Amino acid sequence: MVSNALHDLWFGFGVAFQGSNLMWSFFGVLVGNLIGVLPGMGALSAISILLPLTYVMHPVPAILMLAGIFYGSQYGGAIGAILLNLPSHPPHAVTCIDGYPMTKAGKGGTALGITMICSFFAASVGILVMIFASPLLTTIAFKFGPAEIFSIMLLGLLAGSTMSRGSPLKGVAMTLFGLLCGVVGTDVNTGTFRFALGIPELSDGLELVAIAMGLFGVADFILNVNRMTAVTSNAKLRIRDMRPSLAELKEAFWPMVRGTGVGTLFGAMPGTGPTITTFVAYALERKISKTPEKFGTGMIAGVAAPEASSHSKTQVDFIPTMSLGIPGDAVMALILGALMIQGIAPGPQLISDHPDIFWGLIASFWIGNVILMILNVPMIGVWVKLLQVPYRYLFPSAMFFIAVGVFSTQSSLFQIWEVLAFGLIGALLMYLEFSVAPILLGFVLGPMVEENFRRALLLSRGDLAVFVERPISCTFVVISALLLAGVTWSAWRNRGPKKTAIQVLESELAVNE
Amino acid sequence: MSHAKGFKKDYYGGTLMALVGLAAVMAGLQYHTGSLSHMGPGFFPVAVGALLAFVGVLIAVSARNDEPKEDKPSGHGHSHAAPDVRGTVCIVLGTLAFLLFGKYGGMIPATFAIVFISALGDRNNSIKQAFLLSIAMCVIAAVVFSWALQLQLPMFTWGA
Repeated sequence: MVSNALHDLWFGFGVAFQGSNLMWSFFGVLVGNLIGVLPGMGALSAISILLPLTYVMHPVPAILMLAGIFYGSQYGGAIGAILLNLPSHPPHAVTCIDGYPMTKAGKGGTALGITMICSFFAASVGILVMIFASPLLTTIAFKFGPAEIFSIMLLGLLAGSTMSRGSPLKGVAMTLFGLLCGVVGTDVNTGTFRFALGIPELSDGLELVAIAMGLFGVADFILNVNRMTAVTSNAKLRIRDMRPSLAELKEAFWPMVRGTGVGTLFGAMPGTGPTITTFVAYALERKISKTPEKFGTGMIAGVAAPEASSHSKTQVDFIPTMSLGIPGDAVMALILGALMIQGIAPGPQLISDHPDIFWGLIASFWIGNVILMILNVPMIGVWVKLLQVPYRYLFPSAMFFIAVGVFSTQSSLFQIWEVLAFGLIGALLMYLEFSVAPILLGFVLGPMVEENFRRALLLSRGDLAVFVERPISCTFVVISALLLAGVTWSAWRNRGPKKTAIQVLESELAVNE
Repeated sequence: MSHAKGFKKDYYGGTLMALVGLAAVMAGLQYHTGSLSHMGPGFFPVAVGALLAFVGVLIAVSARNDEPKEDKPSGHGHSHAAPDVRGTVCIVLGTLAFLLFGKYGGMIPATFAIVFISALGDRNNSIKQAFLLSIAMCVIAAVVFSWALQLQLPMFTWGA
């Protein structure tokens, strides 16, 4: 088993080191890092803007690049959080609490150094988990029938909508809205046009890229324009400052390991968002610390643990996506969408049918993380400058990239109407404090959920008991029920006005993703 | 922006969701719904729509009486404040202009229009800055998208 995995991994490195693959994965991490640093831009908008570019590419470099954007942006996000107290990405909000005080104390470089070491360690652990867990999960997944697939998707959707952030009810509403968006188009079983409003362009359904760009691009711009506060930094960094001392490394070691553990655990659960992961890692550190009162004043543990957890989660997130074809969050839904556009059916057969994609991806994770480590040390000065690119130049340019990117998906202007519509819908929903990320999850999973639901009930002759009679399916249904019960209970308990600082922060960030 | 007393976003959000759900049910009923064992194309949308309507009602009902949250623009992503009117109008107009000029004009006029109009949405941009930014984007459009990526949108055209 182990030698098998090593052999496959060796093959993966062969794939990842091929000239064009290496180049695109380098391009991906570079763009991701850049986007991560820029305020107001996230991995989701970066991936959706670059998604059309992958249509003309071979599947392997396409996926390597998109994945690179995802984990590259995690590195970039930490820089803004630590140096400027500016969480351009919600998962890094918690890093600000202790990272920015370190910068003020003149130890920003150390904090960044620690962050990079933790990130690399956590990513490596995540990759190892992925190497061994994915094939294992695949062997189980082959026993899945439509009932099992429906149940596990139900769990994924429920977890995605309730465990992320903000009000669980609103998350569920958004997921349902996403499912409805997925219905638009031709019904696969009967060929009926549904919700097409008589527009022929809608017969193929809504365009994933258009929805993503509308919700995460245009909607964000609408809400942010003239509302962003300008940031200035006088943080001066030298490369020498980034090397932490041995004592600091020692202090960071166990928080790093615990953070990695938290991230791995949360990554394995489908649907848990990255922000909740970092918050849990931070809360855990504060709880077990001997000096909890010192948190918020520049504790190394408060930087190491959340950053480690976000990176191990990022890698482990790929397990359900690649081995079951079930995306854990909106970013994974986009990557899955990219796979489907390439004509590759996601699911348990992916690893055996397309070993070059799976093992190449894993190998590229390692290469990409090493590139990021090397890249970030000399480039840190450039990133700090970039943090100050004014938003007023950023968003008009991004509007152009969105318009052209969406046009290129089908060489038609019609999709731009969809972008506009979803931009306005997204802005309205975010204004009403809904979190829009579950819409994408529901949209991508919707057609699969419907098909498997119909097929399972066709096979059981309309007997709903099929979902609880089969053991694997029953397990997922029970976990879903427990999840619902738990969420309801905690919502009931939190009814009072008492809120801890973390909960307040969390609810404040609830709609930012 | 501060809201009138008693303005509860959840109340409107929940109602909106309930309406969307009901609309989906109404639309779904136009199609054949079938039975559990032989579902028609309308079954799934009706079921999801009904669930959405139910959840929407729950959200509206549970809109709590707590103080409306303070709207504060912050660096943390976007604020919960109502979007800026000028910015929103310019972004929407810019996109519409891209659609119009994309059809009657070609990529270069369309690019110029979307960047220029959206840039004017930001109160800190002067006309000159917006103009320069648009010219820069037009160059990128011509070099990267037309020449390097061979985008199927002619640089200049009239109708299509």
